Amino acid sequence: MNKKLGVYICHCGGNISDYVDVEKVREAVRDEEGVCLAKTTMFACSDASQKEMIEDIRQNNLDGMVVASCSPKLHLVTFRAVSERAELNKYNYVHANIREQVSWAHSDDKAGATEKAIGIVKSAIAKVRLAEALNPIKIHSEKAVAVIGGGVAGLRAAIELSNMGSPVTLIEREHFVGGRVSQWDVMFTTNQTGKELVTRLYNDLISRDNVTLLTGAEVISNTGSIGDFTLKVKITPRYIRARCDEGYLQKAIDVCPVVVPDEFNFNITNRKAIYHNFPSEYPQYPVIDIKNCTRCGECEKVCGIIDFSQKEEIVEIRVGSVLMATGFDPYTPYPGEFGYHQFEEVITLPQFKRLTELNYKKLIYKGKEIKNIAYIYCVGSRQIEGEVHTVASADDLSKDTGSNQIEGENRYCSRYCCTSVIHTSIDAKRKFGNISNFHFTRGIRTYGKQELLYAESLRLGDIYLQSYENDPPLVYRENGRTHVKINDILTGRREISVTADLVVLVTGMVPRADNSVATLFKLPKGRDNFFNEIHMKLRPVETVIDGITICGACQGPKNITESMNSALSAATKTFSYVSKGEIELEPIIAEVDKELCKWCGECQKACPFDAVKMETSEGKEIAVINNSVCKGCGMCLPVCPVNAIDLIAFSDNEIESMINALVS
Amino acid sequence: MNKKSARILVFSTEKISDPAIDMAGLLKLHYPPTVYTISVPCSSGIKPRWILHAYEKGFDGVFIAADGSDCTYGESCTEKTGHVVGVTHQMMKDKNIDPARLRMAAICSVCSESFVKQIRSFNQYLLESTKS
Repeated sequence: MNKKLGVYICHCGGNISDYVDVEKVREAVRDEEGVCLAKTTMFACSDASQKEMIEDIRQNNLDGMVVASCSPKLHLVTFRAVSERAELNKYNYVHANIREQVSWAHSDDKAGATEKAIGIVKSAIAKVRLAEALNPIKIHSEKAVAVIGGGVAGLRAAIELSNMGSPVTLIEREHFVGGRVSQWDVMFTTNQTGKELVTRLYNDLISRDNVTLLTGAEVISNTGSIGDFTLKVKITPRYIRARCDEGYLQKAIDVCPVVVPDEFNFNITNRKAIYHNFPSEYPQYPVIDIKNCTRCGECEKVCGIIDFSQKEEIVEIRVGSVLMATGFDPYTPYPGEFGYHQFEEVITLPQFKRLTELNYKKLIYKGKEIKNIAYIYCVGSRQIEGEVHTVASADDLSKDTGSNQIEGENRYCSRYCCTSVIHTSIDAKRKFGNISNFHFTRGIRTYGKQELLYAESLRLGDIYLQSYENDPPLVYRENGRTHVKINDILTGRREISVTADLVVLVTGMVPRADNSVATLFKLPKGRDNFFNEIHMKLRPVETVIDGITICGACQGPKNITESMNSALSAATKTFSYVSKGEIELEPIIAEVDKELCKWCGECQKACPFDAVKMETSEGKEIAVINNSVCKGCGMCLPVCPVNAIDLIAFSDNEIESMINALVS
Repeated sequence: MNKKSARILVFSTEKISDPAIDMAGLLKLHYPPTVYTISVPCSSGIKPRWILHAYEKGFDGVFIAADGSDCTYGESCTEKTGHVVGVTHQMMKDKNIDPARLRMAAICSVCSESFVKQIRSFNQYLLESTKS
């Protein structure tokens, strides 16, 4: 309790001192117990102030420091580093937020703001008095990384990690890498095709000695924690030997009696149970879809490369960090939503994109040539709260009025769809000619350079109509044709109806339907059900699970450029976990008072990370915390019936002394 | 209580509700300056004894700015924070403290307006309840 403390109160230019009398704050706290130095400073974060703090700490042998300034989100790390440079343990530094939570919040009440600032600084002093010198927890880290997901984000991240010198295992659940991008034709803004992009990334990846690519591979278990994850990966075989004769293979495909919808083309075409990769899919080896294969044996009769003796394999890999790039699913409208699955002319944007690629001189769908196309925007995105919808029943589906009465929970904007549909509609017009495009929008969001595409679409004569979210367009049948009707707000809510040969529902992104990998890694999800980063801006690729980073569309809708950028960011962060072979963790973890603990198991039940174990110590059963697994959430604290658990830096003494200081 | 604003202790969380309270300041959304914040990692780790200590020391109300479903430590946070509140309410009743002096609301990282609205309403309640 004989700590010598230094306190600095920042003017922040005038951001703080215009509303808080910083000199009065200094006067009020300078005689607090332990305070031997209290100063005001114009900018605490400036180089000059930092140097002054270092000198003060050294000259006065300070063993605790408080800086009252802006939010700790901005400068906690800065002043911890100042402490370290002055050989003061960084956990003996406490930050007081008197800008965002005082001067700005109470700019209408200067006296009140000053009183509050005094309380907050006194509270920080109370905390630093009790703060202990702590050392970051150091643990060994495997110098290897697993990347889960072989779409463009995963491929890019794996290449970057390889560049940095880390061994990488890229795990892809499908038998081919490339993800969604392999399904796209020409893309904006580069005009390269999805195939070109995936080919470039794949060729780069497989040329590397420190990359292992596992396809048809799924993580089935995960144990360990940051620095030492052990993953069990189940690898499904292709049932086809690598060296195959194309002629015989085609015969095998021809004789296969199983016909299933082709997911690559979003079910607008079919494929056999034995099938070849599309040119944009890698590795370019065929595969047998064993889930749908009936084992009739017809293919084996005509093709010698079929090998049903291949077995599933379980491999175990140890890595220091895991990077998740598991991508997204396109939104699938409910039956009856804007006539989907009700009228055959209604398809989704991903289906339309495949359709335009698969057709050549004329745009043909279901045997009919397409001339008029209606695009309905924001299907499955930007759904409004309180919308009461009814899913169409089988009977409804036979009626001639499209039902858009669907329950919708996706409040977010999917960001890529406006640009994607405008780009595809322009392509369709250019490729097939004589196409009329009618866009039924809720406002266009072609942000940044993508605005050029919107301008080009307008120049080409595309028609844009707009409605409010509570008055969406209606898809209906009349006289054997499909029509789309809207109360167009751009023409004073005039009712406008368009006869459409094809209705394209501009569907957005949703989280993967099969997200079992998230459960395995206990990854938190946000309100949109995508994976959740710690902080959108300050820690955008880290998750609360130490050692696991996220990138690409698995954390929210992104276009390709944004996904690639986040992949680079995640790769860099991931590498930082494994590069030194040792990592430092925040020592803010739970600690058990062995004397008080009587092992009831409540703390173990409360811990979401399995960090609490029962052990016998001196003949007594007690709870023990696994330091490398504990995340410092504190969920075990309030459930202990004998108050035997505290969180380091948030102990009863610290919290209660802060409360005392606030009311003093 | 013959004063303009009640003394309220807010337990906020470092990753979720703290950013919202910071942003309330940034947006100059005003609330009473007698509202003080202590930040903890997760709202489900708040001990009832800390809340009772605040009343003993003179706070009129305690507000838990909970993580809600956004909690980065897992989905069980909401339920566990609710349990903390339930247990504390019972302890308050046992000590003849009005349970309504403890409030909880999920405050997401961008819920600045919601935070200020909640605090103003809580302040109003505390002022009125002590008058009567």
